[in-house]
Amino acid sequence: MDTSTSVDTHHEPHAHDAAHEHHELGWWRKYIFSTDHKVIGIQYGLCGLSFLFFGFCLMMLMRWQLAYPGQALPVIGKWLPHIFGPGMADGKMTPDFYNSLGAMHGTIMIFAGVVPLAFAAFGNFVVPLQIGAPDMTFPKVNAASFWAFGVGGVIMMVSFFVPGGPAKSGWTSYTPLADISDTGPGHNPLFNGQTLWLIGFIFLISSSLLGAVNFITTIIQLRAKGLTWMRLPFFVWAQFVTAFLLLLAFPPLEAAIVMQLMDRVAHTSFFLPAGLVVNGAPAYISGGGSPLLWQHLFWFLGHPEVYVLILPAFGIVAEILANNSRKPLWGYKSLVFSVLVIGFLSFIVWAHHMWMTGMGSAVSAFFQTTTLLISIPSVIILSAFFISLWGGSIRFNVPMLFTTAFLPMFGIGGLTGIPLAFNSADLYLHDTYYIIAHFHYIVAPGTIFGLFAGVYYWFPKATGRKMSEFWGKVHFWPTLICMNAIFLPMFLQGMAGMHRRWYDGGQGWTLANAHTVWGLTGFEWNKPISWAAWIMGLAQIPFIINFFWSIKHGEKVNDNPWEATTLEWTAPSPPPHGNFVTTPVAYRGPYEYSLPGRERDYTMQNEPVEPDERTRRKPPADLVHA
Amino acid sequence: MEIPYTISNRPDTGLWNAKIGIWLFLASEVMLFGGLFSAYIFLRIDSPPGMWPHGLLNVPVGTMNTAILIISSVTVVLAWASLKMRKYNAYWWYMLATIICGLIFLTVKLAYEWPQKFDHFGIYIKTEALGKYEQYLGNEYAAEKGLAPRLEITGHLHNRAALKDPNIKEYEVALDPLNADPTNAEMDRPHFWPHPATEKIATIEKEDVQYATMFEPRHSAYFASYFTITGLHGLHVLGGVLVFIYMWLPVSKRLYQRNPEHLANRVEVSGLFWHFVDLIWIFVFPLFYLL
Repeated sequence: MDTSTSVDTHHEPHAHDAAHEHHELGWWRKYIFSTDHKVIGIQYGLCGLSFLFFGFCLMMLMRWQLAYPGQALPVIGKWLPHIFGPGMADGKMTPDFYNSLGAMHGTIMIFAGVVPLAFAAFGNFVVPLQIGAPDMTFPKVNAASFWAFGVGGVIMMVSFFVPGGPAKSGWTSYTPLADISDTGPGHNPLFNGQTLWLIGFIFLISSSLLGAVNFITTIIQLRAKGLTWMRLPFFVWAQFVTAFLLLLAFPPLEAAIVMQLMDRVAHTSFFLPAGLVVNGAPAYISGGGSPLLWQHLFWFLGHPEVYVLILPAFGIVAEILANNSRKPLWGYKSLVFSVLVIGFLSFIVWAHHMWMTGMGSAVSAFFQTTTLLISIPSVIILSAFFISLWGGSIRFNVPMLFTTAFLPMFGIGGLTGIPLAFNSADLYLHDTYYIIAHFHYIVAPGTIFGLFAGVYYWFPKATGRKMSEFWGKVHFWPTLICMNAIFLPMFLQGMAGMHRRWYDGGQGWTLANAHTVWGLTGFEWNKPISWAAWIMGLAQIPFIINFFWSIKHGEKVNDNPWEATTLEWTAPSPPPHGNFVTTPVAYRGPYEYSLPGRERDYTMQNEPVEPDERTRRKPPADLVHA
Repeated sequence: MEIPYTISNRPDTGLWNAKIGIWLFLASEVMLFGGLFSAYIFLRIDSPPGMWPHGLLNVPVGTMNTAILIISSVTVVLAWASLKMRKYNAYWWYMLATIICGLIFLTVKLAYEWPQKFDHFGIYIKTEALGKYEQYLGNEYAAEKGLAPRLEITGHLHNRAALKDPNIKEYEVALDPLNADPTNAEMDRPHFWPHPATEKIATIEKEDVQYATMFEPRHSAYFASYFTITGLHGLHVLGGVLVFIYMWLPVSKRLYQRNPEHLANRVEVSGLFWHFVDLIWIFVFPLFYLL
């Protein structure tokens, strides 16, 4: 079947399969409380994008405080107190509220933004289509997963409006600080920032758990006939491993969160050591707990979480790279094995976040070794991506622009991580802006570029229309430039020794340490960085408008506008309930681009292998060594 | 639209969907309880000598609850086997037995074991005041025999008002047998059959007290992990019981009449979950009651 036939049948989707569907669902069941994986994927996507933008707004507020510490915010400063209360009195940010913004920026970006978008949204929408399935294996569980996420997200947002403001102990909620913050007079025992953070988290974790079970089962059970493991698109592999990470790494954090909740609500001492002094007085607690225990349990999730953020982006990048270089993905098998190895190793590197705790040299040696080991599969993946470009006839459309930008950006993020893997180098760099720059290069111009690429790439499948190429480029170039203008100088600030949690942006520190880089001190660098952040905020406007405008008014395209090979492009756009017009069968691998001796430069997975194809594909005789 | 392989096996994997789903879910549950059990290990290894209590739980009751859960695991298998043999009546009775076992377990836990603990009082004495209460603690005797130091006096609090009222300067406690007769070699190790609290009343001045509380989660790292883990385990038991009740009600009989294999599959996956909940208890019981 080629694309034109599926376009034809698209106009009469009711022609087939009349036995099954056909009780029309009401609007609420169809678009809000849906069990259809595509609707759930889109719901997740819209929520994830909104949370990403909200998290970015929090950071834009913080950037003002860093660049112009202690000054009232211009224009919006007047009405911010009405939203955020005393934390923004007179339009000036209090230290507590600065801490809250930092903690909530991290939490929202990672757990309410990137995970729902990268894993749940793209996974839900794309994976069943790519494996030729009619839906997820457990559609109701899928809906439950989305609504658990919804409740978790709402609780996180509500925490902005309780007395004392939202959680303020960092996105890592290190104990004992997190155990005792937001307690005492003026705080409700239950409805306070940190406790709501914990409760919200329980819902977010349950959501991921349900999603992960569903994804893995779907990929194992509902692959189309002929779609063997080594014929799966790389994106599916990436989501498969991601699902395992969520399945196995999140529960220990849930255990830790239950314990912290017990500490706060039932006054246990899981994470409170004996002899703890709070506000100058010994705390009346049993003690006997361990602050280090929280860190172990938190980072046991925290590190696999990093790969939860990056692996789906790897998957998206792989699809778009092969599609737009019109070449098979280079080293498909090594990519698959690398992603599996990453998945395994990511469980045994967590303590490299804890070099500063003095765990002992034997423990450090172990985790340094595993941390360096995990860079090997990452480098294999990135190298395979670069080699895939070699000799291709590259089309630079908007998805491809984001994809090609992803490669060096992720490269910078990865390489700057190597010094941090070493205990001794990390002691100096830890908790400086260097760390911020390092992991943001992975997740901001890394993951988020991958996600943007994915949005532009699969948008036609979801809507039947393409997003504007021109406005996509208007979105891309300023975003790329601003990303680097934001994060590159942070490496300099960090190496100069600037601490990452200073409320005054390092103003006081600069007085004592006037060392300059290119004429600017560490503190003065905050201004260009902040301006770049705000300009990048403006650069998202074309994306937002383009996104919503194109749903109704974008250029209409056929079912396979990118001339891609994988199964999702054989379904109508947008795919109907049940997805496929005829049950797809896969006859070949996922990236059969530019097969010799064919009319078109792409051969879809559901095209049967022709009898003489194998012989045609043999390399010319002079290339075969005797 | 129908999802394939909800009831029948996919040929190349040899499994139906929910069976994979439940095993994945259980893997995740292993990690959840694994996190909690590692916390237990971490805290216990870190606890200073004498700070990890022993023998505070009622071992015979715990043993009985263990037996009840194991029996329920057997009955749930028999229920599933009856469905496979298409004997609905037998299934109904076995399922009822399973539900009753689950409910007994929860009742014992919530109506007897927990309240009994909440009713018990423990007082950690300040290090400098330990000598003053030597008659209740018997630390010299303990040191001689190589036992762990004794830092806590336990029993039933007589003057409950002392908990709230700062004007009452001392606690009056009807002592547990160990504190009533600390040099009795009988008391060196915990007993299977617990001894009741004695009539002997001790008066302990509040200024000598390091930390005093009922046997609640806040009492110690031990009770914190005991209540957290058994609480979470209890929630799992409750969840299992609710699912079993649903499968035992007439709604499920209608499913049985339509498609008996579908109901059998449901019982199989929830039975797997039930076995897992059992297995967790098999770890909980020795960790908290015996060791």
